[in-house]
Amino acid sequence: METYVFLQHYWWAVVSLLGAILVFLLFVQGGNSLLFCVGKDDVRKQLVINSTGRKWEFTFTTLVTFGGAFFASFPLFYSTSFGGAYWLWMIILFTFVLQAVSYEFQSKLGNLLGRKTYRIFLVINGVVGPILLGGAVATFFTGSNFIVDKGNLAELSMPVISGWANASHGLDALLNVWNVIFGLAVFFLARILGALYFINNIDSPEIAASSRKVLKIETPLFLVLFLAFFVKILVGEGFAVADDGTVFMEKYKYLNNFLEMPAVAAVFLLGVLLLLSGIIIDGFLGKNRLSGKGIFFSGFGTVLAVFGLLLCAGYNGTAYYPSTADLQSSLTIANSCSSEFTLKTMAYVSILVPFVIAYIAYAWKSINSKKLSAEELEKEEEKY
Amino acid sequence: MELDVNLIDWSRAQFAMTAIYHWLFVPLTLGLSVIMAIMETVYYKTGNEFWKRTAKFWMKIFGINFAIGVATGIILEFEFGTNWSNYSWFVGDIFGAPLAIEGILAFFMEATFVAVMFFGWNKVGKKFHLASTWLTGIGAAISAWWILVANSWMQYPVGMEFNPETVRNEMTDFFAVAFSPVAVTKFFHAVISSWIVGSVFVIAVASWYLLRKGESHRKFALSSIKVAGTVGLAASLITLFTGDKSAYHVAQYQPMKLAAIEGLYEGGESVGLVGVGVLNPDKAWYDDGEEDFLFDFKIPYGLSLLATRDANGFVPGIKELIEGGYTLPDGGMALSAEEKMVRGRAAVEAMAGYREVSRALKTADADSSDTAALETRLQEYDTILDNNMPYFGYGYIDDPKELLPNVPLNFYAFRIMVVLGSYFILFFIVLVFLAFKDRYRQKWLQWVAVISLPLAYFCSQAGWIVAEAGRQPWAIQDLMPVNVAVSNLSASSVQVTFFLFLALFTILLIAEIGIMVKAIRKGPELEQNK
Ligand code: HDD
Ligand code: HEM
Ligand code: HEM
Repeated sequence: METYVFLQHYWWAVVSLLGAILVFLLFVQGGNSLLFCVGKDDVRKQLVINSTGRKWEFTFTTLVTFGGAFFASFPLFYSTSFGGAYWLWMIILFTFVLQAVSYEFQSKLGNLLGRKTYRIFLVINGVVGPILLGGAVATFFTGSNFIVDKGNLAELSMPVISGWANASHGLDALLNVWNVIFGLAVFFLARILGALYFINNIDSPEIAASSRKVLKIETPLFLVLFLAFFVKILVGEGFAVADDGTVFMEKYKYLNNFLEMPAVAAVFLLGVLLLLSGIIIDGFLGKNRLSGKGIFFSGFGTVLAVFGLLLCAGYNGTAYYPSTADLQSSLTIANSCSSEFTLKTMAYVSILVPFVIAYIAYAWKSINSKKLSAEELEKEEEKY
Repeated sequence: MELDVNLIDWSRAQFAMTAIYHWLFVPLTLGLSVIMAIMETVYYKTGNEFWKRTAKFWMKIFGINFAIGVATGIILEFEFGTNWSNYSWFVGDIFGAPLAIEGILAFFMEATFVAVMFFGWNKVGKKFHLASTWLTGIGAAISAWWILVANSWMQYPVGMEFNPETVRNEMTDFFAVAFSPVAVTKFFHAVISSWIVGSVFVIAVASWYLLRKGESHRKFALSSIKVAGTVGLAASLITLFTGDKSAYHVAQYQPMKLAAIEGLYEGGESVGLVGVGVLNPDKAWYDDGEEDFLFDFKIPYGLSLLATRDANGFVPGIKELIEGGYTLPDGGMALSAEEKMVRGRAAVEAMAGYREVSRALKTADADSSDTAALETRLQEYDTILDNNMPYFGYGYIDDPKELLPNVPLNFYAFRIMVVLGSYFILFFIVLVFLAFKDRYRQKWLQWVAVISLPLAYFCSQAGWIVAEAGRQPWAIQDLMPVNVAVSNLSASSVQVTFFLFLALFTILLIAEIGIMVKAIRKGPELEQNK
C-alpha cells in the first residue's frame, strides 16, 4: 500500500479507537444519569458522585484529545462538522462544561446555586451528552446536510469552504429517527456501563442491587434500539466511493464492508459478545467467580464493538461523513485528511500513546486498589 | 449572499470572551502549581508537618481553580471548528498538530497526576506523591507550550507551503513550527508571567490573614510569602527580559502591531518610546491632520533601541507601513499596502486558475497537444502563486484602513502591562526583604498586597489584549484576515451562544469566587485549630 494511503488508514484507526474509548468512558455520564435512581439517600448519592468523580477527567480529556486528533488528522471534518452542525456540538460542549465544575462545586460552601443544582447539572450531562454524541456518530452512517467546495476560497466577497444546507445547523440530525434511535442506544449503553462500574467500584449492597435492576430493565431496551439501527444500516444503502473519488449510493454497503473485511467483522462481533457477557456476569447470574468484573468485559467489549463500527464507516471505500445535500461533498478519509507530512509526523507522536496509557493505569492502580465505601468517605478529607 | 459583518464581530467577541474567561484561571493554575510543589518539596526534605499542611491548603485552592480552568478550555478548543471553520481547513494541517499533541502529552498528564495529588495522600508513598505534584505542574506547562506554539504560528507562520490543489497550507517542517523563536519567547513570557499572578495571589491571601487573623496565622502567612515572594521576584525579572524579547519579535514580524502599540503614526530614525501619554481620540488615520497625542512623555531613542537594538535604528510607523518605500532590514524595498493588495489578489486568482486547469488536465487526453498547453499554464499559475503567496491575505482586503488594529486598545493595554510589570518587581523586592527579616507588620503594606491581586490579573489580561487585538485584522498574519477565517453561520446563532456562554461563565465565576472566599475564610488546618 502506498505510504499516504496507509497513513490515512492508520489515522482513521487511531481516531476510531479514541472514539471507541470515549464511548466506553461515557460510563461516567451513564452513572451520573443514574444518580437519583441508584442514590436513594444522601450517603448513596455521595458515594455515586465520588465514584464517578474520580474518573470524570478521563472522559473529558478523551473527548478533548479525540477532538484534537481529529483536527490534526482530518481537518476538513473538523471544519465541516463543527462549523456546520454548530448547535449540536455547542449543546454537547455546554453540558460538558456544566459537568466539569459540578463535582468540585457541589459540596462546597458558598457555591451560589446549591448542591441540588449541581447534581442536576450532572444528570443533564449524563442524559444529553450520550444521546447527542450518539446522534452525532449515527450521522456517519445516515448523512448530514452540508456542502463543501474548497475552491470557494477564491470568491473574494464570500469565501466559504463549507456550509450547512439548512438553517438548523445540526439540530436537524435529531429529526432523523434513526439518529435518535442510535443516540438512545448509546444512552442506555452508558447507563448499563455506569451500573456495572458501580457494582465494581462501590462497596454498598444497596447500590449494587439497584444497579442490577438497571441492568435487567435497560439491557433489553439497549438491545432493541441498537439492533434496529444496526439492521437498518446493514440492509439499507450506504455511501460508497469509486476509485476516482466519486461518491455513489450502494445497496448493502455496510453489510458488504463487514463481509469484505472479516477482521473488522470479527472485532465487532467479539466486542458485542464481550459486552453481553459482562452484563450477564453481573446482572443475570448469581454470585460467581467473576462477580464484580462485568465492567471489564463490557468495557472492553464496548471499545471493540464501536471500533469495529467506525472502521466499517471509513474503510473499504466508504464515505465516513456523508452529505445528503450534495453527495459529492461527502468526506472520505482520502479527501479530508492532512498532508502526508503531517500524518507521518503525528504518527511518530502517536507512538507515545501506550506510555501514556501505562502511566494512567499505574497511577490509578496505586490509589484505587480498594472499593469505595461509606466509611472511607467518612474519613477522607479529599472528597466531592 | 454576502457574509454578514455582524457575524465576524460576534465570532470575535465570542472567542475573545471565552479566551478571557479561560485566562482568568490558567495563570493561577500555572503559578500555584509551582509554589505548592516547592512547599511539598520542603515537607519531603524536612519531614515537617507544618509544610504539609501549608502545601495542602494551597492545593485546595488550586483544585477549585483547576476545575473551572478545565471547563472553560474545552469551549476554546472546539471553537476553532465551530466558529473559524474556514481557518480550520486553511491551516488545520499545521495548526491541528499542536492541539493534538497537547491532548496526548499534556492533558492526560495533568488529569492523572492531579488525581493522585488529591486522593493519594494516604495511599501512595511520599516520593510518588511529590512526583505527582510536580508532574501536575509540568503537565500544565507542557500544555501551555503546545497551545502557545499554535498561537505563535498564527502570529508568525513558518514551516509550511501553500498547496493550491487542496487550498490549504501544508506543513513542511515540524521543528520550525514547534520551536519557532516566537513560540519560545511566548512560552517563557506567558508562563513565567503567570507565576507572578500565582505569587501575588498567595501573598495577597497571606497578607489578608495577617490583617484579619493576626498572630495565629503569622507563621503560615510568612512562610507562604517567603516561597511566593522568591518565586515572584525571579519571575518578574525574567518576565521583564522575555517581554522585551517579545516586543523585539513584534517589531520584526508584526510591525503594524508595534506601530499600534506605540501610537506611532509616523516613523523614522532614533524614535523615542512613549513612557506616559494620552492619545488624541480624534486621530483616526495618519494623514488626517490631527495631533497624535494630547500629552506625551517620550524616552529618547527608546523605541529604536527596543525594535532594532540600535539607538538610531529606523522604525516604520503606520504611514510608512501603508505607503511603503522604505528600506527593509534585509535590504529590500518595502511595498505599499496597495501593492500588497494587488499581489494578494493575483495570488488568489492564480489559485483559482490553477485549480481550473488542474481539473481540465485530469479529464484531458494524455497525449493530445491540449495537455502540453494546459501543463504550461499550470506552471505559470504556480509561479504567480509562489511569487505572491506571502501577500495572499491582502487579496481579501478592500481598503488599507482595514489594516490598522485598534490603536487605543493596544496602546493602553501595553502600558498597563509594562507599568504594572515594573511595579511588581519593586513589590516583590520589598516583600521578600521584609518577610525574610520577619519585619512584615505594616498594615498599609498588607492592604497594598491585597489590592495588588486584581492588578496582577489585569496585567496578565492586558498582555493577551496586546498580542491578540494587535494582530487584527489577521487571523493568520498576512495570510488570512478574520473575515475569511469565519464559519458560515448566521450572526444570530453566534449571538445566542455568546450570551449563553457569557451567562454560564459569569455564574460559574461568581460561584467559584464564593467557594474560594469561603475556603480562604476557613483557612488552613493549623495545629492550633485542631
Ligand atoms: C499558557 C497557557 C494556556 C493558554 C494560552 C491556553 N490554555 Fe487551555 N489550559 C491551560 C493552559 C493554557 C492549562 C494550565 O493547562 C489548563 C488551565 C487550567 C487547567 O486546568 O489546565 C488548560 C485547560 C484546557 C483544556 C481542558 C483540558 C483537560 O481536559 O484537562 C482545554 C481543552 C484547553 N485548555 C484548550 C485551550 C485552547 C483551545 C486555548 C487557546 C485558544 C487555550 N486552552 C489557551
Ligand atoms: C488565553 C489567553 C488568550 C486570551 C485572553 C486571548 C484573547 C483574545 C482576544 C481579546 C481576541 C479578540 C481580538 C479582537 O477581535 O480584537 C482573541 C481572538 C482570537 N484568538 Fe486569542 N487569546 C488567548 C489565547 C489564544 C490562543 C492560545 C490562540 C490560538 C491558539 C488564540 C486564537 C485566537 C483566535 C483564533 C481568535 C479569533 C480571531 C481573531 O479575532 O483574531 N487565542 N483572543
Ligand atoms: C515588564 C515588562 C513587560 C514587557 C516589555 C512586556 C512585553 C510584552 C509584549 C511585547 C507582548 C506581546 C507579544 C506578542 O504580541 O506576541 C506581551 C504579551 C504578554 N504579556 Fe507582557 N510584557 C511585560 C510584562 C508583563 C507582565 C508583568 C505580565 C503578567 C503578569 C505579562 C503578561 C503577558 C501576557 C499573558 C502576554 C500574552 C502572551 C504573549 O504574547 O506572550 N507581561 N508582553
